[in-house]
Amino acid sequence: MEKHVQLPLTQEAARELKAGDQVLLTGSVLTGRDAAHKRLIALLDEGKPLPIDLQGETIYYVGPAPARPGQAVGPAGPTTSYRMDPYTPRLLALGLKGMIGKGERGAEVIAAIKEHGAVYFGAVGGSAVLISRSIEKTEVIAYPDLGPEAIHRFYIKDFPAVVAVDAQGNNLYEQGPQLYRKTDL
Amino acid sequence: MREIDVSTITQTVSDLFLQANYVIGEDVMEALNTAAHQETSPLGKHVLEQLIENNRAGAEESLCVCQDTGLSVVFLTLGQEVHLVGGSLEEAVNAGVRKAYTEGYLRKSIVAEPLFDRKNTGDNTPCVIHTRIVPGDKLHILAIAKGFGSENMSRLAMLTPAAGVKGVSDFIVETVRLAGPNPCPPLVVGVGLGGSFDLAALMAKRATSLPITRKHKDPRYAALEDELLARINALGIGPAGYGGATTALKVHIITAPTHIAGLPVAVNICCHVARHAEATI
Repeated sequence: MEKHVQLPLTQEAARELKAGDQVLLTGSVLTGRDAAHKRLIALLDEGKPLPIDLQGETIYYVGPAPARPGQAVGPAGPTTSYRMDPYTPRLLALGLKGMIGKGERGAEVIAAIKEHGAVYFGAVGGSAVLISRSIEKTEVIAYPDLGPEAIHRFYIKDFPAVVAVDAQGNNLYEQGPQLYRKTDL
Repeated sequence: MREIDVSTITQTVSDLFLQANYVIGEDVMEALNTAAHQETSPLGKHVLEQLIENNRAGAEESLCVCQDTGLSVVFLTLGQEVHLVGGSLEEAVNAGVRKAYTEGYLRKSIVAEPLFDRKNTGDNTPCVIHTRIVPGDKLHILAIAKGFGSENMSRLAMLTPAAGVKGVSDFIVETVRLAGPNPCPPLVVGVGLGGSFDLAALMAKRATSLPITRKHKDPRYAALEDELLARINALGIGPAGYGGATTALKVHIITAPTHIAGLPVAVNICCHVARHAEATI
């Protein structure tokens, strides 16, 4: 039922994924949310190099809860993605290949996903404990002062997700609800 | 006069926030189970089963069920016969929040100032406190851990009396439609109707923590709650927004007297877990 997908995503693998596919992701992702994105874009505006190379990378929008002793990470479900929309097209232009979050993306982001052949994965908000079991190791890559909002690298195995927007721009958040909408109420 | 030492309040507030973040209420778990049986979308059903499994794991392993452990909101209902000793009430409540979030492996999500520096306070304080003074010699504490994925999708409108039932209903359903997948459906929708601009929002927040099985005492509002739930579920947004029949578990309406010129309606969107816990001292 679920497709196994290796990260980093290759161009070919990205193009084979279709909106609605259930996937298990294995490999590594970078993490980043509001504050880290803001800093990355500020660096780009100043013409300075980024602390991370985005080529082929996948960013998981997450701010994990603290880990208990002996755990790699605390509960770590997705945060709402649209808040990263103002920053995303520029990161896709720099080679970002995948994003994991929850909720809809704006028209400009979906256009940029199509243009660059990227993929937006949806993870289930409210499954933070289950998701954390698929995160085997974490390390801080940049901005440790941001605490849970720092850029981490997560090493993941069989991370459960769904293809929300595929490289052709098909959008599960649009197509799924259309199938179940009742117009008589 | 009955004396309560504020250190008791600190301990109780801490216990309540740990409970709210680790253990999801039986009423919510039952509603999720029912929804999982009834959901017609295979992917939606799969999501609901994941939510149930996740919440069971949180309770069993004392882990927060969501990484966004929320902005802490505390409703205090204080009997006027109570004499508080040992320090400041609000400091005691904040100390309880600090204790829970630092000792309980909960995420600290509060920035000290909203616009310029946005520096994290590091202990999830300050919390938001609403206090009512009532007759009696008890203190009731309701602790709500409010995630902001759903808080951000909330709306308030100052409708006019002419808007009537249809105007109110359309605004509530439209709020859920606009929120789409963002607030982690299935939702608990809290509605504050009447009062003033501020009271409407306060009632809406309070409504998110009512038991799923509760119905408004006035049968007209109870019927409206059911009708709104049916309309919201007809939107098709579904679990996680992937499409399905379960977009909300419950719509709760709290009402208050209002002005002859007004019809305030506030909609506080809450994700399905509706994390809260309460105790009486």
